Amino acid sequence: MQETVDGTTGVPAPAPVRRQQPPRSRSALRRVRRALAPLPWLAPALALIGFVVLWPVWEMYQTSRQHIDSNGFNLGDYGWKNYSLLFSDPNLGSVMTRTVLWVFTIVALTVLISLALGQLLNRSFPGRRVVRWALIAPWAASVLMTSIVFRWMLDPNNGVINVFLHQIGVVKSYNGTQASWLGNPTSALWWMIVVAVFVSVPFTTYALLAGLTSIPAEVYEAARMDGAGRLRTYWSITFPLLRPALLVAIIINLMNVFNSFPIIWTMTQGGPDYQTSTSTVYMYQLKTFNIGESGALSVVNFGVVIIIVLIFLRANRSTLKEG
Amino acid sequence: MATATIATSADRPARPPRSRKPPRLRTILVCAAAYLVGIIFILPYLEMIITALRPQNELRDQDYFPHHLTFANFTNIWSTGLGTNLMVSLEISIGATLLVLLVAIPAAYYTSRRRFRGRGAFLILVLCTQMFQPTSLIVGIYQEFSNTVHIPSTFALILVNAGFNLAFAVWILNAYFGAIPKELEEAAMVDGASRTGAMFRVIIPLALPGIVTALIFTFIAAWNEFISALVLTNTDSSEPLTVKMNTFIGQYSTDWQHLFAGSVIATIPVIILFSLIEGKVVSGLTAGSVK
Repeated sequence: MQETVDGTTGVPAPAPVRRQQPPRSRSALRRVRRALAPLPWLAPALALIGFVVLWPVWEMYQTSRQHIDSNGFNLGDYGWKNYSLLFSDPNLGSVMTRTVLWVFTIVALTVLISLALGQLLNRSFPGRRVVRWALIAPWAASVLMTSIVFRWMLDPNNGVINVFLHQIGVVKSYNGTQASWLGNPTSALWWMIVVAVFVSVPFTTYALLAGLTSIPAEVYEAARMDGAGRLRTYWSITFPLLRPALLVAIIINLMNVFNSFPIIWTMTQGGPDYQTSTSTVYMYQLKTFNIGESGALSVVNFGVVIIIVLIFLRANRSTLKEG
Repeated sequence: MATATIATSADRPARPPRSRKPPRLRTILVCAAAYLVGIIFILPYLEMIITALRPQNELRDQDYFPHHLTFANFTNIWSTGLGTNLMVSLEISIGATLLVLLVAIPAAYYTSRRRFRGRGAFLILVLCTQMFQPTSLIVGIYQEFSNTVHIPSTFALILVNAGFNLAFAVWILNAYFGAIPKELEEAAMVDGASRTGAMFRVIIPLALPGIVTALIFTFIAAWNEFISALVLTNTDSSEPLTVKMNTFIGQYSTDWQHLFAGSVIATIPVIILFSLIEGKVVSGLTAGSVK
């Protein structure tokens, strides 16, 4: 480039070119250096994300396109065959319907209970710190351990829930079909929904409490001056101001509940006959005998996850711009 | 005893002259409801402890409390090899925590101090990894570490746990670093410290609460992680506690009181650790949307 400039402009040209050249190359260099400057600081994080998050995404897609037999031997390219296998799978319809019901029931119940608990724990009363501390337990403990305890509490012979229900006369006899809650798909699902709500409520309540405490007291003062009643104040002031916190809490819950695995895995293993499996659990079950189809289902599940992430990013848009 | 505390403190809100509220009954109701909620949320963990303390011959009794208490379960359990699993859990959790801090501190510091091209994209990428959970990528994780990358499962689990918990650390540290006035480190740099020197001597000590929060959070998340550990470990001695507990239950004759002795060991310290950082976790998880 420089040569053509020299050639066309002739004798007087070299001076301006020479004058221009050094700043230009210096600025190009500076631009490259500026673009690379963040790298030493960010590269470790990027490498880690690439290695354990992005690579598995690629592996998952690859698996869904390969023909792999039940012994793990790769028999080569399979095209979209795993997907057609998946979509003609007789269990898929009921698993997907159950997943939708599972996610929406749990998130709806969690949000309703947490809104009430948020109001309750936002008041000052003696012992509030202790109660808030008690609420932490299910959040901090692993979901696996909580599920194991619930399984034990529902034991048909001596689970404390059955002992209690026997005392108040709901359960007529131990070890009967009524007492074995996890043996029947419908009652098992309801009990697992109870456990899922139980472990989701603490985080949701805390997120809403954080939202509640950020509402300035003056707003309520003004509402009271205007003569608004309690219910009116809640609907016109608390609820709208709580919306950002609520939205984020809902989306995080959607993601957690859609991906929840330990509850179903420890309490019923998806059984009997996949009748309590959600798509996450079914993906895991497929993995043992047809990893290709499992890969296809995980790509489908991942699509759902991406949609939830996009909704999350949209909800967070304003914060991200500020940050 | 509970009623006494309610009664004495119920009078307290009445003292300031707020004519609108009839405090007594409402405070009592609020207290009763709140205490009930607190008890409900702690019950399963009490049951865990009670079962762990039950003697063998009272395990199947149809009652709430055993007639005798025993610590035998806590001493016997080590013969099941639990010590090894405990060590594996510790290795994974400590390894993942150190790796997260090593990787997140520079990234969070730089993104909080500099505006550069790709900053937004980087933060969004990190945020996405928080939403993707190992569960949704489990088939890919399994394939990656069983076919392509051959490293011991403990290392693989350190990497996986660090990768998926990086986001929390980056976001919470970003907020902490951002809140420290630039002038402080500029003063240090005027006094001759380099940018890295200023980071270590000024910024990190001031952001210590944030770092501790990230540290405890990552530790607990790695400690509680189940599905990747279930998929990536294949020998008894390489399993962390969560997978070990699951094998206890998988067998026909579930060894309940040992299972719960192990659960108590695995759970109670974590609940106590978590209560130390509880206030800061929400803001980290909701990535600043909830202030």
